[in-house]
Amino acid sequence: MIAALFWFFAAAAVLSASLCILQRNPVSAALWLVSTMFSLAAIYVLLDAQFIAAIQVLVYAGAVMVLFLFVIMLLNLDHATSDIRGPSTIAATVVIAGLLAGELFALWSYTPHRLAVELAQAGSAGDVSALFAAGAIARQEAQAKGVVGAVAAPLFQAYLVPFEITSILLLVAIIGAVVLAKRKV
Amino acid sequence: MLLGPSLGLSAILFSLGVAGVLLRRNAIVVFMCIELMLNAVNLTFVALAQLYGASGYIMVFFVMTVAAAEAAVGLAIILAMFRHRQSVDLQNINLLRG
Repeated sequence: MIAALFWFFAAAAVLSASLCILQRNPVSAALWLVSTMFSLAAIYVLLDAQFIAAIQVLVYAGAVMVLFLFVIMLLNLDHATSDIRGPSTIAATVVIAGLLAGELFALWSYTPHRLAVELAQAGSAGDVSALFAAGAIARQEAQAKGVVGAVAAPLFQAYLVPFEITSILLLVAIIGAVVLAKRKV
Repeated sequence: MLLGPSLGLSAILFSLGVAGVLLRRNAIVVFMCIELMLNAVNLTFVALAQLYGASGYIMVFFVMTVAAAEAAVGLAIILAMFRHRQSVDLQNINLLRG
């Protein structure tokens, strides 16, 4: 059941991403990107990351894409002519992206080192959660504290300093955006 | 578990993002393709967090924050560029000076 749902949403994500890069109208491209992000949120739920899925919908599909649509409509772009580059660039793109996809696609058969050692010694995978104690502990924490608590605890303890630095980054981004977008008076 | 298929899907999405960046001339669409690549990376983090614990989720948080900041600043730059040139076509923007 989970595998069937995964394949459905994976196909939806790839289809919407392809349409996003091929649509001439920037507004349609943005809406197809929103569809990709919703499919990814569904996949996050299937991968036991419910909180990340909620954040994905709120922050990415909500806030960031609204910002994109707002700017597209503000600029009122003309899309009568296609903005896709010429044939030589298309050929180069197919070659580059194809090579990259081929290289990255080797990850499909990626087996974590500990699992590979176990397979070589015992011949079968055995108990995966015993090999990867961190993942099993994270699942227990999620059951005990809820999915939000399991993410919040490390965020405010082990990762407190990066978290605070992130707030400074956001402040800098706000000031930078205001300064850049301000009309020269 | 679905580790392999998730990593494969993120490989496809990342390559589609790269293809979009190379293929399009509209700066806003190029920007959206960069967001697509960031999403593909987030998927690998979430998939591997199943094995290696909650640190992957924390990294997804940081990636999302950086993506939001990048979208705000980048779109402000595109807006300033449009005011200057009346176009967001990347072929018209080939000089580093103003």
